[in-house]
Amino acid sequence: MTALEPQITEWRSYVGRARGVARPDVDELEAHLREQIDALGGAGLADDEAFLVAVKRMGAVDDLSREFAREHSGRLWKQLVLPPDAEPQRRPSGLASALVLAAGAAVAVHVPRLLGVDPSSDDEAAFFYLRNAGLLVLPFLALWFALRRELGRRPVLVLAAVLALAAVVVNAYPWARESSSELLAALYLPVVLWFVVATASMGGTWRSHERRMDVVRFTGEWAIYYVLLGLGGGVLLGLTALVLEPVSPGLVEPLLQWVLPSGAAGAVLVAAWLVEAKQDVIENMAPVLTAVFTPLFAVVLAGCAATYAVSGSTGEFDRVVLGVFDLLLVVVLGLVLYSTSAREASRPAGVLDRLQLVAIASALVLDAVVLVAMVARVGDLGWTPNRVAALGLNLLLLVNLARAAELSVRFLRGRAPFSRLERWQTAYLPAYGVWAAAVVVVLPLLFAFA
Amino acid sequence: MRIDKDLVAASATPLVLAILSEGESYGYALSKRVRELSGGELEWSDGMLYPLLHRLERLEWVTTAWRVPPEGRRRRYYAVTDAGRAALADQRRQWDAVTSALTGVWQRLPLQPAVHPSLGTV
Repeated sequence: MTALEPQITEWRSYVGRARGVARPDVDELEAHLREQIDALGGAGLADDEAFLVAVKRMGAVDDLSREFAREHSGRLWKQLVLPPDAEPQRRPSGLASALVLAAGAAVAVHVPRLLGVDPSSDDEAAFFYLRNAGLLVLPFLALWFALRRELGRRPVLVLAAVLALAAVVVNAYPWARESSSELLAALYLPVVLWFVVATASMGGTWRSHERRMDVVRFTGEWAIYYVLLGLGGGVLLGLTALVLEPVSPGLVEPLLQWVLPSGAAGAVLVAAWLVEAKQDVIENMAPVLTAVFTPLFAVVLAGCAATYAVSGSTGEFDRVVLGVFDLLLVVVLGLVLYSTSAREASRPAGVLDRLQLVAIASALVLDAVVLVAMVARVGDLGWTPNRVAALGLNLLLLVNLARAAELSVRFLRGRAPFSRLERWQTAYLPAYGVWAAAVVVVLPLLFAFA
Repeated sequence: MRIDKDLVAASATPLVLAILSEGESYGYALSKRVRELSGGELEWSDGMLYPLLHRLERLEWVTTAWRVPPEGRRRRYYAVTDAGRAALADQRRQWDAVTSALTGVWQRLPLQPAVHPSLGTV
């Protein structure tokens, strides 16, 4: 037995390094290997002979890895940057194109200003920037993905048409003064544009659930990278300003005015490149973050729900509160989506799944309380663009989370596999894009641009 | 005799589902049973069984759980679901159609490769 264990350990680590083969798979394969060795040993083979025969019967690790990878395409995500066969030889990571397009975005955000639209002096211009911020930056990201995924002509034309339409809608609509539907359009347009980016990143099709999950992963990891880049950039800019101030205070203001927007725009592309190129690094971070925050959210939300239950819903619920609850549901949904995307579908239900259910259920209870209060008040006060948008989003999130909670309960009871929950999340995703598009395009028409 | 790779792949799903219909089982026992059933003719590398099982799990045709049996070591057991049984019934109909068509043809053909009449046999 003494010679056998090190051999099995070595075999384990070798198989575990293969693409597409995850830890639980190795456990399962090892169990098989040991049974096989025992059986062969029983037939009279020596340990090392039995080991060799068992390993041979298991099959070539390359074939095995390919089969596992085909079945679990989600796991392959972190190897997408690597070519299918030769691991050491890397495909171009797209750094050059990302940097060129980042520079393009950094310049593009200043084009309107160079043409005389100065947001610092004029309200109208500030609104122009608010409406068009996404349009100045995200097409570059979509283009980067279109190049990387080698999109065909048709999807490129469709996406370009959507972008053009969006640009026309937000700029040609005759917005009223202090229009809240204009603010809403500015708020929801980036979501629409993100769906354009997502379409490009999926190679032009929404058909595959696995690809949709990849988009969820990409979005979460992009957000993490963007925040990190933002923090670093903020420190750099702040220090530069502090260093320059004693000698030439006149330089600080232009520095902030010109460098800050460019940096923010360029970082969008750099963050995307980082997600694509450095996936191994972040993939270890994302599950850790969800593991840290899911229990915290569960505790805090359960506490809040208990407080609401004790005090009753007597508080003044206005639009702002509903907005807060929309945000809360978005964050909870983000946690659910993220932990779903990071989770190994075949792992049995664990504590984290229970805690996640507690978080969802508490958020739903809280939201139901506020929603009832809000609907009653809308009856008194009438509809406004803000109320429609907030209520619509709330309902959308409520449906999503309620069904997720139901599937989660069934999964915990062993009635449904985890993949059902995963499917539901990816199937529901386009609903948000449709709703965002409706808020941008239809809502202003309904309220006469007020 | 070596059975063609495509044929092995095509028969793997109904074979595994059928064995699981007899009762839940785990990877090693499954591959042993396949070998017994085919008299050693149907040989696949053992590892390939697992991606297949995981695919069946994703399709919700089987459920799975890790368990430690009273005697022996921790194993991952697989059991067929109702959807899996329905899928098996469907596959069975397809295979029946294929085998009956083939049997019809086989009966009209001699088993040995035909020998050209003019050359004769010695």
